[in-house]
Amino acid sequence: MARIGVKKTYKLFINGEFPRTESGRSYPVVGKGGVLLANACRGSRKDLRNAVQAARKAVAAWSGKTAYNRGQILYRIAEVCESRAGELAEELRRQGSSAADARKEIERVIDRWLYYAGWSDKYPQVFGSVNPVAGPYYNFTVPEPTGVAGIIAPEEPALLGLVSRIAPAIVGGNTVVAVTSESRPLAAITLGEVFETSDVPAGVVNLISGLKSELVPWLAAHMDVNAIDATGVTPDKLADVQKAAAENVKRYVHFDGDEIGWTDDRLSQSPYAIFEFQEMKTVWHPMGM
Amino acid sequence: MPPMTETVLAPAGRSLTPVSFRRSLNDALEMAHGVDAVAAEERASSLAKRSLKKDSKVWGLKLAVSMIDLTTLEGKDTRGKVWALCRKAVRPDPADPEVPHVAAVCIYPSMVAFVKEALGDSGVHVAAVATGFPSGQTFTEIKVEETRRTVAAGADEIDMVIDRGAFLSGDYQKVFDEIAEVKEACGPAHLKVILETGELANFDQVRKASLIAMYAGADFIKTSTGKVAVNATLPVTLVMLEAIRDFYHATGKKIGMKPAGGISNAKLALSYLVLLYETLGAEWMNPDMFRIGASTLLNDILMQLRKEKTGAYQSGDYFTID
Amino acid sequence: MLWEYSPSPEATDHVRIASRYNLFIGGKFVEPHSKKWFETINPATEATLAEMAEADAEDVDRAVREARRAYEKVWKKFAPSERAKYIFRIARLIQEKSRALAVVETMNGGKPIKESRDIDIPLAAAHFFYYAGWADKLEYAFPNRNVSSIGVAGQIIPWNFPLLMAAWKIAPALAAGNTVVLKPAETTPLTSMMLAEIMMEADLPPGVVNIITGAGATGAALVSHEDVDKIAFTGSTEVGKKIQRALSGTDTKLTLELGGKAPNIVFEDAPIDQAVEGIINGIYFNQGHVCCAGSRLFVQESIIEPVIRKLRERISTLRVGNPLDKNTDVGAINSRAQLEKIQELVDSGVEEGAEMFQSSCSLPAKGFWFAPTFFTGVSQSNRIAQEEIFGPVLSVLTFRTPEEAIEKANNTPYGLSAGVWTEKGSRILKMAQKLRAGVIWANTYNKFDPASPFGGYKESGFGREGGLHGLAPYVKLS
Repeated sequence: MARIGVKKTYKLFINGEFPRTESGRSYPVVGKGGVLLANACRGSRKDLRNAVQAARKAVAAWSGKTAYNRGQILYRIAEVCESRAGELAEELRRQGSSAADARKEIERVIDRWLYYAGWSDKYPQVFGSVNPVAGPYYNFTVPEPTGVAGIIAPEEPALLGLVSRIAPAIVGGNTVVAVTSESRPLAAITLGEVFETSDVPAGVVNLISGLKSELVPWLAAHMDVNAIDATGVTPDKLADVQKAAAENVKRYVHFDGDEIGWTDDRLSQSPYAIFEFQEMKTVWHPMGM
Repeated sequence: MPPMTETVLAPAGRSLTPVSFRRSLNDALEMAHGVDAVAAEERASSLAKRSLKKDSKVWGLKLAVSMIDLTTLEGKDTRGKVWALCRKAVRPDPADPEVPHVAAVCIYPSMVAFVKEALGDSGVHVAAVATGFPSGQTFTEIKVEETRRTVAAGADEIDMVIDRGAFLSGDYQKVFDEIAEVKEACGPAHLKVILETGELANFDQVRKASLIAMYAGADFIKTSTGKVAVNATLPVTLVMLEAIRDFYHATGKKIGMKPAGGISNAKLALSYLVLLYETLGAEWMNPDMFRIGASTLLNDILMQLRKEKTGAYQSGDYFTID
Repeated sequence: MLWEYSPSPEATDHVRIASRYNLFIGGKFVEPHSKKWFETINPATEATLAEMAEADAEDVDRAVREARRAYEKVWKKFAPSERAKYIFRIARLIQEKSRALAVVETMNGGKPIKESRDIDIPLAAAHFFYYAGWADKLEYAFPNRNVSSIGVAGQIIPWNFPLLMAAWKIAPALAAGNTVVLKPAETTPLTSMMLAEIMMEADLPPGVVNIITGAGATGAALVSHEDVDKIAFTGSTEVGKKIQRALSGTDTKLTLELGGKAPNIVFEDAPIDQAVEGIINGIYFNQGHVCCAGSRLFVQESIIEPVIRKLRERISTLRVGNPLDKNTDVGAINSRAQLEKIQELVDSGVEEGAEMFQSSCSLPAKGFWFAPTFFTGVSQSNRIAQEEIFGPVLSVLTFRTPEEAIEKANNTPYGLSAGVWTEKGSRILKMAQKLRAGVIWANTYNKFDPASPFGGYKESGFGREGGLHGLAPYVKLS
């Protein structure tokens, strides 16, 4: 008799843990031919609230780590992705990708982590400056993380899209609450397991699956979220996100994946993506004896 | 206490109780926090931009004359030269009786008796430098003895120099003790302590030296001998005035201030008065509390006063070089 | 005795203010479609200075069309090095007319002549100089990207630094190859009109810069105009949010420089007399009409007594009065409305139990005035510790540990600027890192420079003005 496999329950990833949604609800994730793949958590606004709280709590320690240390952790994420590449690819495949496409997407995901890992101690040198002011002052500008970033992942590519937006945010010291691809959340949630085993401190990345129509308005309006990345919001809903973002003057970030695509390595990954989640701080100090 | 409303230092509704003043090096060093050089310089230069016109200018210029320590401190000083200076001190502008006499004539000790006689009962004080001026590099006993003899010869005021060597090597106790001893030797004479700020490296040191001098017994603190490359400047004077202000608040004792060296024109002299007025207030605006050590300044002020009177810019040919 | 400085007023006889100004559109002054004009006054005397055209939606449309035409037909096609020459010319012309500009700035806005003369106008010229040099060097600012201009920039500026804010807005926009429609604040339009005359004298191609006057409705029409590619706004957080909302769902790029409630933190080892100067300069500079004003003073408890004493002494020496007098330190409040807002908040401070100290200076009978004021015994929850007063009013709070100072300082929706005073170098750097604000002044305050980026965190806005970073809002990268 064939062995009966153990099926995985796909849960949320909040504060380094894998809770079920507090709503107790789930929604079906279906694969090719309408096959039920899993019952994913239908995250609620209270899950978002908990995630934002965890993200806020994590900001000080994460942004306070040395750039070298953050780079090491992102590199570790790449390593763990590599070792779990088969599992992640299999999830993408079950969600509808061809085996070859799934493999390619995973390779790109791993390389993207590597790419941003390498930026950790370089982007401040690219975007910072020493400013020659007309007076006896030393004046410099440094990039600093904006704080908590809300990221809405695109539906496709479910994993590469999510990683392409999370990586530049966290390498710059931000913490993230991400809403995963609604139709294809499985690999995204498995990514939480990658974070959990990669020395990423609790709360730095939080992943919420569910219905975007239920989640996005709350994330966009949350007063303790500093930046909102609406990459995965459909064009007809962008205005609503922006309007809600104005309540606390959120930074609005949007990557046009449909136009640029996710495989152009000059435009779909760059330090400018890090820059979008950064504040520029300028410091003055007199120079005297 | 006098009514407070007219002074900078005593805001309305707040009385100032003089605290007992004791001579203590520790108290001085405790108050000697850092000074930010750039900000001090900016404050001084912003005050120097005050625009003084008409009555306020004339009033300020006459006040400045009355605060001058008319100075000659040269190896080649003779009785003839000093006598002429005394005449100028008593009656700076023979053509204008409204111009007051200067505060003091400042000379080397050997000239004290002669100057005392030359000035007579004019009201102009006799000030003499002492204590191995200008370097101060001699024995303490000699400094004390020089002070005693100079006062005995008739000096109303003694301008001493601190031992910068001791100060810069961190021997504040020696600096403090020497000032205290000289103060005692002064008897009734007023003691002005020259810090020689041009040799003290930075404002932190100027503040520290100011406090040491005041706590050791100085009646005045003074910037410079006039014998080094950098003499009085506006920011150094500001830092010293601020030290005087803090000392006053801590002890209730008012110390005078004397910038000296390099103050050679009327505009600059007015800037010093503005600095004084806006830092310590009206109670310091008199020759008992503020002096300007200068030689060529007087004529420039006289020219400015004449200009205010006649409306025409003046020529040096019409003012005596003494 | 008191030394009364004799009046030393800056001469005004060399300044020519027209009785009426029209809209500067397409390189010339044109009558407004609205056929309406409003008066602009001198807040120190309440005397009318001139009549200004009120631009309505049609006028805004005309200005945007001119800007669009100039962008497509002229400005975009210029070699960047040639664009630079015009911007250099503008800088030079501002220098040549500096005194007249300073006098008008002071008459129209109420700020002391020593500030308009020594800060506003020289900095405005310096800003044009700085960005002129960038015009043909943009590719060095954005590595590995192609840089292009955006198009038409709509810019709305406040009344606290009228000409300087115009320079902050126009200079980078032109350097990056955009054309401009600028709306100055309704209470301080005059130096913008002089700037329009300078644009003509510089032979700037018609339509490259258009300047239209009016109030909130004019600004709203500019924001909502479909052919504007970029909006840059400096002003209140309230209006900034409205603009951000109004632009939702559009591709219009936006930068906001909004309000603040900056902490100014004094540690016990601070150079105290300089810190007191910094506190004074931080809050009473330009009557406190400064978005980055150090309006919340945090003093370490161990030195609160001498700091308060020195503040009282120092505030009493501030010379309040005729802004044209060269010795005036604090001028007139910009408008009656602003004066009422300040008074309302100060009343709330008294009601909430804070202790008020006010300079006993005498105030002129005519015009809008407010004596330099500070409150002690203020708690975090008081309105005067939370809301932007935008006037010469300081709230003094205390702290015991650096952690407490950081926590209280950051406990605000704003994040524009912050001050730190301490002699300890490592503490300066740690504080500078921990304070959530775009500009940190350590052992100094309220310093500005064209090479130095300026702008806020959180509800103080986004985007930077000044420096290399000030170019980013005006370029498209590909």
